[in-house]
Amino acid sequence: MYVSHLQLADYRSYEAANLELEPGISTFVGPNGQGKTNLVEAIGYVATHGSHRVANDAPLVRRGAERAIVRAAVVRGDRRAVIELEINPGKANRARLNRSAGTRPRDVLGILRTVLFAPEDLSLVKGDPGERRRFLDELLVARAPRYAGVRSDYERVLKQRNALLKSASARYFKQRAEPDLTTLEVWDQHLAEAGAELLGARLVLAAELQPLVEKAYGELTSSAGSPALHYRSSAVEEGDELPVDRPQLVDVLRAALAEARPQELRRGVSLVGPHRDDLQLRLGDLPAKGYASQGESWSFALALRLAGFELLRADGDDPVLILDDVFAELDSERRRKLAEHVRTAEQVLVSAAVPGDVPPELMGARYRVREGTVERER
Amino acid sequence: MYEGAVQNLIDELGRLPGVGPKSAQRIAFHLLSAETADVKRLVGALVEVKERVRFCSVCGNVAEESECRICRDPRRDTSVICVVEESKDVVAIERTREFRGRYHVLGGAISPIEGVGPDDLRIKELMTRLADGQVTELILATDPNLEGEATATYLARLLKPLGLRVTRLASGLPVGGDLEYADEVTLGRAFEGRRSLDF
Ligand SMILES: Nc1ncnc2c1ncn2[C@@H]1O[C@H](COP(=O)(O)OP(=O)(O)O)[C@@H](O)[C@H]1O
Ligand SMILES: [Mg+2]
Ligand SMILES: [Zn+2]
Repeated sequence: MYVSHLQLADYRSYEAANLELEPGISTFVGPNGQGKTNLVEAIGYVATHGSHRVANDAPLVRRGAERAIVRAAVVRGDRRAVIELEINPGKANRARLNRSAGTRPRDVLGILRTVLFAPEDLSLVKGDPGERRRFLDELLVARAPRYAGVRSDYERVLKQRNALLKSASARYFKQRAEPDLTTLEVWDQHLAEAGAELLGARLVLAAELQPLVEKAYGELTSSAGSPALHYRSSAVEEGDELPVDRPQLVDVLRAALAEARPQELRRGVSLVGPHRDDLQLRLGDLPAKGYASQGESWSFALALRLAGFELLRADGDDPVLILDDVFAELDSERRRKLAEHVRTAEQVLVSAAVPGDVPPELMGARYRVREGTVERER
Repeated sequence: MYEGAVQNLIDELGRLPGVGPKSAQRIAFHLLSAETADVKRLVGALVEVKERVRFCSVCGNVAEESECRICRDPRRDTSVICVVEESKDVVAIERTREFRGRYHVLGGAISPIEGVGPDDLRIKELMTRLADGQVTELILATDPNLEGEATATYLARLLKPLGLRVTRLASGLPVGGDLEYADEVTLGRAFEGRRSLDF
């Protein structure tokens, strides 16, 4: 698939932008702070309904404006869809598909699929577990949009359960009041059911990614060391196997919740479930976090993104590949190998402050970005 | 801040559900500039609803007498009770004409975030109604969203020892939504296809 048209209104530094895009490689160049990332971030937003840079939407709206609009035409085979998202921070977004209103945002999720590489990707390896959970969950949603619902259901259960634990623990400490266990058990059950669905999907995904990460890592670097993914669930002891079957996962989660109950009541938060899990990354025998060199960490992070790309590609349609300012972070060997790997995607959007950082084989159509305007160079 | 009476009005309006500070201000100024007769009619309606309408002593539905129209109707089947969150859900189900039993209005759903627990709902009253053994089936028609599901789960567990047939509306209702917004056909089908809950 590819994006053939992008239109922005009051998005970040863009008061208005309107640009035609082609399949193949396009490169956006311009000094720092001119709006390159803003542009590709907007394309990513159409795909995921979120930014890769910020957790909430307020910064996406141009200073002084009330809402932002992103409109993208997406071509898949011989079909063309125009997706429009109105970003209303603090309120529900609005969506239009092919200019008709009455579409819910979740109805347009999954039409455009992107894989975005950014300098922040290093935190996939060096950052907190939350970064890796987000990586897995975003991939789940890109492959099957219904997981957006699974995720938000789980988050809602978690909020309710935490509210209950918090008030129960406060009442216990103040008045020595015994907690209402029947109500807590109801939330345990809902947490286990919603959690098992998310957990099961993540386990399958991690297993599917493993060989793809190994392959991509091997292609990016000539150094030895085999990367391994290990899904670490908060519901079992280190080293214990998890079942893949959903009803069994529900049982595992319920048992873990029962065991954690005294501690949860003391601390007033949910301590067991997919929100506490991690995708541990290892190189050989060592954890990547804290042990891998800067170069190895980059290779691992890129390999994760490339594996995601391969997985989506195998589902039948190339996602749009976005490489935002990553070449500046890489040595020349990794630059070349990454370029080699991504060249064949149906559409590749590259941004760079210094054109010289971009490997020659990725120099496609050139766009100049300056002070919130984009212009095609001829 | 406005002076006395105007600010009082804005504060009172702001306490209504779904009315934020901005809307409260707008409504207040609308009322200030409205005809006195119109405002008196509104006041009359408010007072009347408080004086005449109350809650049915049996099921908790809105009523103009001590028992609601449905509880007083001798043709209604007394062996089935349909449990809903709000009176407006009774209206939605009545529209389908699928259900000939009686209702029990809980007055909400379990939601720890909003500080609503089982004790804040009319659950004790429900247990009292079940005590004489006349009721043999209970349909849990709480909203098809998380809080409604949690309330249904809670009730199913609580009722289990009574050995009643406890059913939940069939899926097909818009998930995450409110019962009152489901269209008649969908809601009617959900009634017909209700399934037994078993915990
Ligand atoms: N909500 C916003 N309103 C106005 N300007 C913004 C907003 N968010 C970011 N900017 C501006 O956008 C610029 C950064 O653009 P960015 O796309 O990150 O640059 P780069 O070209 O280096 O990738 C900064 O100058 C920043 O001030
Ligand atoms: Mg940038
Ligand atoms: Zn009644």
